[in-house]
Amino acid sequence: MIEIEGLGKSFPVKGGKNVEALKDVSLTIGDSEFFTLLGPSGCGKTTLLRLIAGFEQPSIGSIRLDGRDVAGLPPQKRPVNTVFQSYALFPHLSVARNVAFGLEMQHVPTAETRARVRDTLAMVRLGELGARMPAELSGGQQQRVALARALAPKPRVLLLDEPLSALDLKLRKQMQAELKRLQAETGIAFVLVTHDQEEALAMSDRIAVMDSGEVQQLGTPRDIYDNPHSRFVADFMGESNLIPGHELGRDPALTIAVRPERVMLGGTATSRTKGTIASITFLGLDTVYDLTLTGGTRVRARRRDIGETLGLGDSVSLHWPPEAERELRA
Amino acid sequence: MTPAGTIKRSSTLALVAPTVLIIGIFMVVPLGIGLAYSFLTAGPYGGVQQPPTFDAYIQLLFDRDFDGSLVFSPSYIFIVLRSIWIALATTVVCLAVGLPVAWYIVCQSPGRRRMLLFLVTLPFWINTLIRTYCWILILRDQGLINNVLRGAGLVGNPLPLLYNDGAILLGMIYTFLPFMVLPIYAVLERIDPRLIEAAFDLYADRWDVARRVIWPIAQPGALAGATLVFAPALGSFLAPDLLGGGKKLLIGSLIQMQFTSSRNWPFGAALATVVTVAILLIFAARARRAGEAMP
Repeated sequence: MIEIEGLGKSFPVKGGKNVEALKDVSLTIGDSEFFTLLGPSGCGKTTLLRLIAGFEQPSIGSIRLDGRDVAGLPPQKRPVNTVFQSYALFPHLSVARNVAFGLEMQHVPTAETRARVRDTLAMVRLGELGARMPAELSGGQQQRVALARALAPKPRVLLLDEPLSALDLKLRKQMQAELKRLQAETGIAFVLVTHDQEEALAMSDRIAVMDSGEVQQLGTPRDIYDNPHSRFVADFMGESNLIPGHELGRDPALTIAVRPERVMLGGTATSRTKGTIASITFLGLDTVYDLTLTGGTRVRARRRDIGETLGLGDSVSLHWPPEAERELRA
Repeated sequence: MTPAGTIKRSSTLALVAPTVLIIGIFMVVPLGIGLAYSFLTAGPYGGVQQPPTFDAYIQLLFDRDFDGSLVFSPSYIFIVLRSIWIALATTVVCLAVGLPVAWYIVCQSPGRRRMLLFLVTLPFWINTLIRTYCWILILRDQGLINNVLRGAGLVGNPLPLLYNDGAILLGMIYTFLPFMVLPIYAVLERIDPRLIEAAFDLYADRWDVARRVIWPIAQPGALAGATLVFAPALGSFLAPDLLGGGKKLLIGSLIQMQFTSSRNWPFGAALATVVTVAILLIFAARARRAGEAMP
């Protein structure tokens, strides 16, 4: 279990000033949890990962691993391994020697090292490639070697720094499933850093959405998607319509967040809100309608069953079930 | 051949021509002249003259006795061996010093790196002869070191720092060290810092990182540096002459002497040819080994 309390990190920048990459983050990651740090670039998620790995020292706060404070320990003294975004495979070592590296450094007996390298390579489905050099592998295969190398020493926590960002879409989907499987198989806690909300939703047990060095919201994927606490989270987690209160005849201080797939058009329900269809995009399964409300706000509706009955310029009424909207005060 | 093909071919020729010309003028022609001279007879005041002969090469291994018969004489072989020994020692020390220096520079901020690299290349701006002379001022009996040591009362008589193998070695290391530092720096600079983080992450300590990650990746640079140091060190004559006092000959001094005081150009050319061929053979063996190491 990782317990992070009041963790902060500032970096000196030119001009003698400090920039706060991480501000007062507190969270707990369970023993075999798939935990995701999600946020745009510069939100502090990678800094948090590097602090857990030990590549950076915190400016303030504590990191406890199974009750032991590790904040002052160098990376080689932490039972935590990292899968790097660039994979960082040792170019001069074969696949098997890459995977064996952590075990050799821990002076694991040779016979056991060999067995564990074999098992781990089999686990990531690279059984036959042990003798290859990293440069001879495809991106997806290199990714698996990086995983095997980090898993072989059986760490308490596996850190993954945007591990799938260099792969193409198809491979990425495949590796998402692979990662889920590996996590379930090994029972090791995975901490994934990503800016891809879909990836986060698909894989995580829990997600911490981060922005400006702070955790904006922490919860299960469903919780965060359905119940965003802030404008930022609503906007970042998938598409959201953010409608100013006055457009709907409500408190102007409020912003109403509604997912496009929950917005219904026309129909019999009475609604005072009307909009003009500004564009229609046919996407096969869905059709996306962009509407302009009377006050000028754009609202998007994503419908599956409307057919061809609506046309450009039509004025339609909009409505959604009350449980589909969130009132945000920011 | 299509017109396009002709254009392509002639433009390729034009592009290759400068390289061919430079290699031809600066490498092939001088080496050819040297090789040709080694098979000619020495002129009375230097230079060479007809007829062609193998005398220069025979002289390498044999003395001509009073009656004209040839007697095997290993003295030149010893000179060559001693030269190789000193060049090797220079290379090893340059490597031992150059590697940590290059690594230290790589670890600095970009601004400091530029400054330190400039300092490494700074000696190139001063003539090697002058720089080697300066070592005499530092090492001689009345020199900087001995004066300081005696002034401090640490030694009574001046230490014999000059005119020995140590002084030669020091002068050579001083002269050739930049040739080791720069290629190693070039390789180390390109190491992805994540590799080092990955090694630490996988429980390596500092020594493991140096031995298991940095050194293997630095090896091509170290090999290039070793070549750049060893080859000129083997033919060097400034440091041996000035700092070694010319008491024991090295091959560089020997060759230089043949073209000056000894006026035996063919012998000098033969010696130079042998050294060149020996170095080329070493390179060829190395290239072959590197070729075999490739998968």
